[in-house]
Amino acid sequence: MAEPLLEVKNLSVHFPTEDGVVKAVDGVSLSISPGETLGVVGESGAGKSVTFLTVLGLINRKTARVDGEVLFRGQDLLKLPSDELQHVRGSKISMIFQDPMTSLHPYYKVGYQISEAIRAHQKISKKEAFSQSVEMLRRVGISKPQERAAQYPHEFSGGMRQRAMIAMALSLNPDVLIADEPTTALDVTVQAQILDLIDRLKEEFDAAVVIVTHDLGVVAEHCDDIMVMYAGRSVEYGERRDIYYEAHHPYTWGLLRSIARMDQDRHERLEPIQGLPPSLIFVPPGCPFHPRCPYVMDVCKTDVPQLLPSNGHHASACHLTLGEKERIFHEKVLVRG
Amino acid sequence: MSVTVEERRGRAPDTRGAPLIRVEALKKYFPITRGILIQRKVGQVHAVDGVDLEVYPGETVGLVGETGCGKSTLARVIMRLHDATEGRIYFDGQDITRLRGSKLREIRREMQMIFQDPFASLNPRKTVGSIISEPFRLHKTAPRGQIKNKVRELMELVGLNPEHYNRFPHEFSGGQRQRIGVARSLALRPRLIVCDEPVSALDVSIQAQILNLLEDLQSEFNLTYLFIAHDLSVVRHVSDRVAVMYLGRVVEMAAGDTLYRNPKHPYTGALLSAVPIPDPDLAAKKKRIILEGDVPSPIDPPSGCRFHPRCPRAQFPMCKELDPALEPFHEGQVAACHFPLEDRAGIAVTLPADRLAGDQCSISSSSSSTSPRPCSWSSSSCSTPGRAGGCRTCSGAGPACPAARPSRSAWTRSPW
Repeated sequence: MAEPLLEVKNLSVHFPTEDGVVKAVDGVSLSISPGETLGVVGESGAGKSVTFLTVLGLINRKTARVDGEVLFRGQDLLKLPSDELQHVRGSKISMIFQDPMTSLHPYYKVGYQISEAIRAHQKISKKEAFSQSVEMLRRVGISKPQERAAQYPHEFSGGMRQRAMIAMALSLNPDVLIADEPTTALDVTVQAQILDLIDRLKEEFDAAVVIVTHDLGVVAEHCDDIMVMYAGRSVEYGERRDIYYEAHHPYTWGLLRSIARMDQDRHERLEPIQGLPPSLIFVPPGCPFHPRCPYVMDVCKTDVPQLLPSNGHHASACHLTLGEKERIFHEKVLVRG
Repeated sequence: MSVTVEERRGRAPDTRGAPLIRVEALKKYFPITRGILIQRKVGQVHAVDGVDLEVYPGETVGLVGETGCGKSTLARVIMRLHDATEGRIYFDGQDITRLRGSKLREIRREMQMIFQDPFASLNPRKTVGSIISEPFRLHKTAPRGQIKNKVRELMELVGLNPEHYNRFPHEFSGGQRQRIGVARSLALRPRLIVCDEPVSALDVSIQAQILNLLEDLQSEFNLTYLFIAHDLSVVRHVSDRVAVMYLGRVVEMAAGDTLYRNPKHPYTGALLSAVPIPDPDLAAKKKRIILEGDVPSPIDPPSGCRFHPRCPRAQFPMCKELDPALEPFHEGQVAACHFPLEDRAGIAVTLPADRLAGDQCSISSSSSSTSPRPCSWSSSSCSTPGRAGGCRTCSGAGPACPAARPSRSAWTRSPW
């Protein structure tokens, strides 16, 4: 395997508040190599977005306590002074934000917003930057890019706005592209288009891609590795097949079972994960998932399970024995024909 | 196929009786105006353009389509939140298209709505208690002293803690907020609930909780749902029948299982193929039809079949010139297409071949368990008789249909 491009080691992001310390991210590690796609899956409030906002240095360090390392080509981004980080952010690592409706500025033309990003990193004329943004719009599949670049975001449909966001993120040929819920606000047809586009551009730019989502269906077709996050921790990490066909964590099972699936005549009821995600101020002692876990044991209430590898790349943080995990998964979760 | 759906729910939706909602040739155009003092009408948005729809008591009708296809507008016109431009709406046999004043208010008690965004549809300055009790106060259906108790009952019913009566919406998570919305819609014991994308804004694990809640409430109060969503997997899970909308029209309508197995309209096929499947092996083998471009503008919809500019099967000039009408296919299935998909196309796009074996079993077992059914389309109502071995209702069991319609055979079918 190639040298990892981006490595996060034991990252913790804690926000001290009046009510207590919010442990948004608690000891998360991951690594991505060029040409790879990592899927990060978890419910709202699992710390997915905070993890990657921290990677980009978009977390206010005055209000947050950040521990751990974020290594980009071996360089720790957390220790970089802000002007040097500015150089990395956007040009080497860039991000597509969740909501294309709110992350484009309504007062500026789309072409201008893309060229602004280019001009922040390259010393070129406005005219040149504008023609580069037109070229980017063309590459992300927007028809009549010349006309479209001179339009305002409200004249774009949701899918086109997301394409414009992708054009902006890729305009500087980044090594790492982080897509935070890139398709959550979009129709299924547009979602398929956007995910295919990200895939194609990944090949074209030889970038590493992170797709953050709450829907395991979305990443099934597009990710190499998957990390499942719960309450600020990574509870399972593995290759795509490990997660879908040999998942080892009860939370991953819950996610897999609660999806309404179209490819099966499943007329029985959906099985939601009971209860709600915990408050990140009062994370339950022991395994954070234990209050919602149907297989809870006494040890789960006291001891925090470590993320331990079972075979090679595949790791899960759960006290169940490997044999039990395999048995339960095959009896209760796997639903192949 | 519908038998399994009924078994699951433990009751049969009454599709033979009178419909609860009947919509006839419904149109809603929004004017586009220019000018400041004198507003000139320069065009119109054809949001809903001739929809016929029937919803029977106790059933769930799913309404799917891309953003901007008019599904929410249709629901709002039915709810009388917008006035129809043309056409008629009947609720329980009564024409409600032009009702006003106290009569309209009476009807509104019978139909309620759950909105998409649980963050925007609850007033942030009101407590949960006052949000849920508002329908009681507006419609004066409960004496003042009893309102609080009724609200607590409702909160318990939808799985909220009644002690949270005095909390504000921001203190709740998205799923809980949607439960507040459900409680509010149930307050007046309506017969019809229009759910406008009730789970789109929620996490998958919470989606399942809300879907189960809606299902429980339906069987408890014999509710009728009009369920709007763009997520076809969710719609399959909840709906007895599904209507697919495109640019203000219903292009296909069928019982849920029929639609997902045998979609006839290429648009339905494309929608089905775009749905992600949480199974990488299946997903890799699945046949994908990527629709290019966006939905055309409803201000100036395309001529002929409205889907023809994006349709992979379109043949010219027919599709461009002739507007296809809704024609029956399988039992209870109608679709508007000149070149419909072959049978079992839905499986081909959503499932690869190795799944088909098991799939065939479920079809044959269900048809062998019932005695041969006669053709449900009487010769007068069947406008496409003898669809070359395609119609499962007719083939084999029923009486042979007369010869195929000549006009159709004149056009060769394009390979899919």
